[in-house]
Amino acid sequence: MGAGKKDYGIPGTPIFDGDAAQKGYALNAMCYSFNSAENREAFKRDEDAYCAKFGLSPEQRAAIANRNVQQLIAAGGNIYYLAKFAGIFGLDVQDVGAQQTGMTKEAFKAKLVEAGR
Amino acid sequence: MATIVGTIMTSHVPAIGGAIAKGRQSDPYWKPFFDGYPPVRAWLDRVKPDVAVAFFQDHGLNFFLDKLPTFAVGAAPEYPNADEGWGIPTLKPVKGDPALSWHIINTLVADEFDITMCQQMQIDHALSLPLALLWPGGGDWPIRVVPITMNHVQHPLPSPKRSWKLGESVGRAVQSWDSDARVLVLGTGGLSHQLDGERAGFINKPFDLMCMDALVNDPQKLTRYSALDLVREAGAQGTELMAWIAARGATPGRVTKVHSNYHVPISNTAAGLLVLQNEDAALPKAA
Repeated sequence: MGAGKKDYGIPGTPIFDGDAAQKGYALNAMCYSFNSAENREAFKRDEDAYCAKFGLSPEQRAAIANRNVQQLIAAGGNIYYLAKFAGIFGLDVQDVGAQQTGMTKEAFKAKLVEAGR
Repeated sequence: MATIVGTIMTSHVPAIGGAIAKGRQSDPYWKPFFDGYPPVRAWLDRVKPDVAVAFFQDHGLNFFLDKLPTFAVGAAPEYPNADEGWGIPTLKPVKGDPALSWHIINTLVADEFDITMCQQMQIDHALSLPLALLWPGGGDWPIRVVPITMNHVQHPLPSPKRSWKLGESVGRAVQSWDSDARVLVLGTGGLSHQLDGERAGFINKPFDLMCMDALVNDPQKLTRYSALDLVREAGAQGTELMAWIAARGATPGRVTKVHSNYHVPISNTAAGLLVLQNEDAALPKAA
């Protein structure tokens, strides 16, 4: 699940601790750069070159190529920076939530509505 | 001395910025959320704050993991908003109040809070969107701000108890500031939500409602939780509640609830709103 070594005993919930932060530094640095529209364009123009510039590990590079949130988190990604990566593709946090829970976006949204009843 | 008029606690989901930009306030999805704010604006018209001291968490706009302060206090003359990666229109910069910032900084360090001092700081949606909800229209902000950020990006996070004490110290600082300014306390974020992991979409309505109730009359009850307790009960990002706890810690006097709203969902989040008035603060004289 998460990239950390310790089990915090909260099911389905990665804790971004020091181990995860060390493992994920390059990936998160790249995603942090996506605050800038210019950098988002540079990534879209040449994804390989952009990832190489940040020194992603093979696991991180594959997770980026797969656009897979669970793999990105396992590779040390922090959700706040990953959200900026998702933004490049016009994906919002409900798309991200649906992907991680294996639900359709509609079903995920219905689950949220249900939680408010 | 400066007067704390009261406190506003509100959620700050990025999607709110998109809804404002597209004029969707009356859409069925958004209406129950936006309808919470006109009574707050009416209250602001009565209490007339000059400056807001705002507790919130930066989400990877101003701070990265290279240097991540647990608590940081802005001391800039102006705070720009910026692109956070999602194409939400950038809002106008908001003016700071360096005199109050430095008074708060001096008080916090004297109280043994080892804070980070920032003469440059970008504010993300956690402050810009609450301002846009309280003072809509896109004009110049009619308020100055002192931003105080709290780490919730990287564990270990500060505790609710420490957040409360931070708020208490800030509250003492404001009340010892030699100024006739009227000061609003803001706490933004929450309530329960989780973006990451197989538990994404987790919301805990009973816990949220318990917290909103406790924040009025028994706020220190919430300081018994650890940061990880909040993750368990309110979701991985529900730890933003700590900004509400700090804001409540800063609120002096006999406190009454002016207004509240709670609506699920906005995006992945249970959206909360709570307005508390300091009954010991005199209302401004009519002009």
